[in-house]
Amino acid sequence: MSAALVTDLTIFVLALLVGIEVIGKVPATLHTPLMSATNSIHGIVLAGALLIGVTANNAVGYVLAFVASFFAAANVVGGYVVTGRMLKMFRRKAVPQQPQPAELNGKSQS
Amino acid sequence: MSGFSGSIQLVYVLAAACFVVGLHLMNSPATARRGNQVSTAGMVIAGIATLILLIHSGTVTAAGWIVLISGALIGSAVGLYAAQTVQMTAMPQLVSMFNSVGGGAAALVAVNDYIKFENTPGGVLGSTTVFTVLDVLIGAVTFSGSIVAAGKLQGLIGGQPIIFRGSRLVNVGLAVVAIGTAAFLLTTASLPGLLILVLAALAFGVMMVLPIGGADMPVVISLLNAFTGTAVAMAGFVIGNWALIVAGALVGASGGILTKLMADAMNRSLANIIVGGFGTGDSAVPLAASADAQIRAVAADDAAIQLAYAAKVIIVPGYGLAAAQAQHGVAELAKVLEDHGIEVSYAIHPVAGRMPGHMNVLLAEANVPYPQLKEMDEINPEFARTDVALVIGANDVTNPAARRPGNEISGMPILDVDQAKSIIVIKRSMGHGYAGIDNELYADPKTSMYFADAKKAMAELTAAVKTLVG
Repeated sequence: MSAALVTDLTIFVLALLVGIEVIGKVPATLHTPLMSATNSIHGIVLAGALLIGVTANNAVGYVLAFVASFFAAANVVGGYVVTGRMLKMFRRKAVPQQPQPAELNGKSQS
Repeated sequence: MSGFSGSIQLVYVLAAACFVVGLHLMNSPATARRGNQVSTAGMVIAGIATLILLIHSGTVTAAGWIVLISGALIGSAVGLYAAQTVQMTAMPQLVSMFNSVGGGAAALVAVNDYIKFENTPGGVLGSTTVFTVLDVLIGAVTFSGSIVAAGKLQGLIGGQPIIFRGSRLVNVGLAVVAIGTAAFLLTTASLPGLLILVLAALAFGVMMVLPIGGADMPVVISLLNAFTGTAVAMAGFVIGNWALIVAGALVGASGGILTKLMADAMNRSLANIIVGGFGTGDSAVPLAASADAQIRAVAADDAAIQLAYAAKVIIVPGYGLAAAQAQHGVAELAKVLEDHGIEVSYAIHPVAGRMPGHMNVLLAEANVPYPQLKEMDEINPEFARTDVALVIGANDVTNPAARRPGNEISGMPILDVDQAKSIIVIKRSMGHGYAGIDNELYADPKTSMYFADAKKAMAELTAAVKTLVG
């Protein structure tokens, strides 16, 4: 087993423990945004996808590079945007305006 | 490690640190947005470092640049569009699709690595081969499994557990082929072997998720989330990138914790869920009220009177609320009650909805302040001093039968709805919940059944309450 591999494994185990520690403190209210946030974090695979390009020099390599970077980019961009969208909705106090669809308010609106 | 690659690796460590801090800030709704921003900053740093690596390598061909840039741009556009247009009720499907593409990308990184070294004199069988093979295996299973899960959530594939004769045998067969091929690849470099591994893993992913029913989806999505994280960490081992290893481990830990929380909240083991639902699935078949169960049906006016004269109301939302898109209607009703001086809070069971925390997001979307959203352990003692518990589209999580041994849901933690002074259940029919058993709550003399679609019921109730208190 190479020294580099031992280092990698060490980092992996420590990160796993940090993850357990940090995630355990997230309240249930935020579990959906949490999952979507971790979703965007695994979008880091984009780095790996782009690095396919370093050696790609034939059709197979190009196809792999394209599909992988397409997947990973959708993952990372979509993940961050949707997490932000969700978190923006969590408020301590209700905001007064919030126009409701007319059908829900019925005639009382006027 | 040369100075250059060392510096880049350190930049990746910085990015990984941003992910940890970002997740840490998610421990409170007040700081969570900042957490997402810190995490985004980490991702931008990692992206820049990767670009520098690409340019520095000097080996990316013109075609390579075109392929990478167009792939990344088109992918970003698709992700952006999906993220901005998705309805909050459809969030589980979207998360599932992101799991899918993340796992798929991780598998492709490993496939590329394997093919690349297959052509070199040194061969493919290095010390990281085991990670390459694991990455392909886990990534491909996640890719196809998540697509099936998203299809089920979207209603494109039946929500019921799909089990055909011999399907478990097929599963075992696929698992044997996949693991056998994986073991073979560790000792022999073989591209056909790699292809067989990919195909067997893809088929296994499909077969793994098909037998799992709708109400078990929170567990499945969490599990697939953990898989994706693991696949990304494996990809990190393959290309020797610390950012991928750390990020993958964080996601793996998060998915694992959520999987356990969800399985515990249903008092079922993971193995039990994977092997298949209760066999019955979500039955929406209206049953005639059975002879021994005396149920009391009420109309909107009666229910409104109970609500209008209560001092404390707890709303118990379930998947029926999401399915009917009734979250705004509920918030509207709650607001009318609160303006009338009635205390309103929400009791959220961990597995309510189709993914962890699904109900909270829907209610937050409807402008319900998060301090009103109470977790099970926090709200259960409050039912005893509650005048009306309003159950909307929730079933098994309110069934007192769970406290007794000897039935399908025995031992499952439930919301103590039956402790409230009176109970109103809004439901479309007397259909069974996921577990396929009668809900004893409905036969309770304190319970009124209000048969209606959740969204329509909310509009009627709100109007009726307004005439009473207005």
